[in-house]
Amino acid sequence: MPNTCSWKSYSVLPGFGLALGFTILYLSLIVLIPLSATFIKTAELGWDGFWAAVTTPRALASYRLSFGAAAIGAVLNTVFGLLTAWVLVRYTFPGKRLVDAFVDLPFALPTAVAGIALTAVYAPNGWIGHWLEPQGIKVAFTPLGVVVALTFIGLPFVVRTVQPVLEDLEAEIEEAAACLGATRWQTFARVLMPALWPALITGFALAFARAVGEYGSVIFIAGNMPMISEIAPLLIITKLEQYDYAGATAIAVVMLAISFALLLAINGLQWWLGRRHGRRTA
Amino acid sequence: MSAIVTHHPVAATGKSSRATQEPVWVRWALISIALAWLALFLFVPLAAVFTEALRKGLAVYWASFTDPDALSAIKLTLLAAVIAVPANLVFGIAAAWAIAKFEFRGKQVLLTLIDLPFAVSPVIAGLIYVLVFGAQGWFGSWLSEHEVKVIFAVPGIVLATIFVTFPFVARELIPLMQAQGTEEEEAAVAMGASDWQTLWRVTLPNVKWGLLYGVILCNARAMGEFGAVSVVSGHIRGMTNTLPLHVEILYNEYNFAAAFAAASLLASLALVTLALKSFVEWKTSAEYRASIEEYSNEH
Repeated sequence: MPNTCSWKSYSVLPGFGLALGFTILYLSLIVLIPLSATFIKTAELGWDGFWAAVTTPRALASYRLSFGAAAIGAVLNTVFGLLTAWVLVRYTFPGKRLVDAFVDLPFALPTAVAGIALTAVYAPNGWIGHWLEPQGIKVAFTPLGVVVALTFIGLPFVVRTVQPVLEDLEAEIEEAAACLGATRWQTFARVLMPALWPALITGFALAFARAVGEYGSVIFIAGNMPMISEIAPLLIITKLEQYDYAGATAIAVVMLAISFALLLAINGLQWWLGRRHGRRTA
Repeated sequence: MSAIVTHHPVAATGKSSRATQEPVWVRWALISIALAWLALFLFVPLAAVFTEALRKGLAVYWASFTDPDALSAIKLTLLAAVIAVPANLVFGIAAAWAIAKFEFRGKQVLLTLIDLPFAVSPVIAGLIYVLVFGAQGWFGSWLSEHEVKVIFAVPGIVLATIFVTFPFVARELIPLMQAQGTEEEEAAVAMGASDWQTLWRVTLPNVKWGLLYGVILCNARAMGEFGAVSVVSGHIRGMTNTLPLHVEILYNEYNFAAAFAAASLLASLALVTLALKSFVEWKTSAEYRASIEEYSNEH
């Protein structure tokens, strides 16, 4: 039978045209065309207007906070996520399965609920906040509060990327290291860590990308002071409420550009990891 | 070989593995640090939601749900989920069928585009629909001429919810259907099954747990979405408030007991989601083990 279209291999299965057509139509209507509106709207401003709108001191301060706090949160999550994954894979303790299930809580808990819960806990009169207050540490209504919220939001990512890799590691390589006289710490640093790095970086990137755009959990705990504790998504909303659509969209375009770059990096990384592990990537 | 290990469990944990284990005190120290970390960020805040909700007693707690604004918020949240989840379910099945069962050029690009909504801030997800359907947007004047409201109305909320939950089902199904290959469907077609019979009787039963998993996650996000919905809702009480937005309004009015009561409902939903998710994970791993056992019995 002749192969009618050169961009698709022949298959006896039905429904390709319908399925792909619907996929592309739905994707275009819901995602691509509306997203393109941001770039078209920004074009109204012209390059100079765009540059002026996205580099105001208030906008710059909001990027610094959003990206800075997201980075700190992602680093914390990388360190403690590795530890959590390690403990869940290697050790047994009572209630382990329950703890394992709870790691995904930030995926399931609505962000507004997370926001008011974290505020209640870390406010100066809260359960944890009232211990920190006498030490001179203020969490809620400061940039530190933003870090706490973004850490919560990104918590599951590193655990869930590292866990399967740890589970798949062969015991033999650790035994070999021990036989060759390596201490436990040396085995961890020189044998295990090199195998875990790709998963750690992927988890870090996912947690960072999620945290950068986060809004719901942050606005309750942040205090939202311009220049100090105002995140970039909040600045977009503020500009929208002032009917400054072009200004809001310009900041959105900056965030979109950075998010897309991150997405491409993550997809590239996962593709590379898939190849390294010899899994099917097609 | 495997029989020997199961009859003598001691053999598996005997002397040979001690060189690759940490001392007991290190183990317990690491477990304690990990649990303290999770307590700080997960357990304590979750407990706080229910404690704050019940602070003023059960009577106040129940009363907060009989408030008409709360009831209409619950209804709108359910409505948005009831439309968004099936829409993304149909899309997920179509996308997975095209991507997993056929080879074509540009597949990687399509996969990346499907992931896009996860990379977009929820606030931007709301903003794009304001730019398209808002008063000053592309269709703004046309819509107002025909007296159709999308932004600051229910359709906008549904659209924003569909956007933020867009990839969930597709992302679960695509890798699963890729791993299962196309042999079973080809056999069905060769034996004369119609297109829909192949889909309903062969493909979907094979991926039912992955499908359920995607739907559970999709639903949790649809009911809990805040940022995107907040931009397009207009916060009209009793009209365009979803439950998460209702929580915000009550909280900003310093009505903490009612805010946490509504939040506790959403937190319970999250707990149900986690329980269902664990159940599906347990079920799939059980089926996986069973299939391996079956395989090793046959050979």
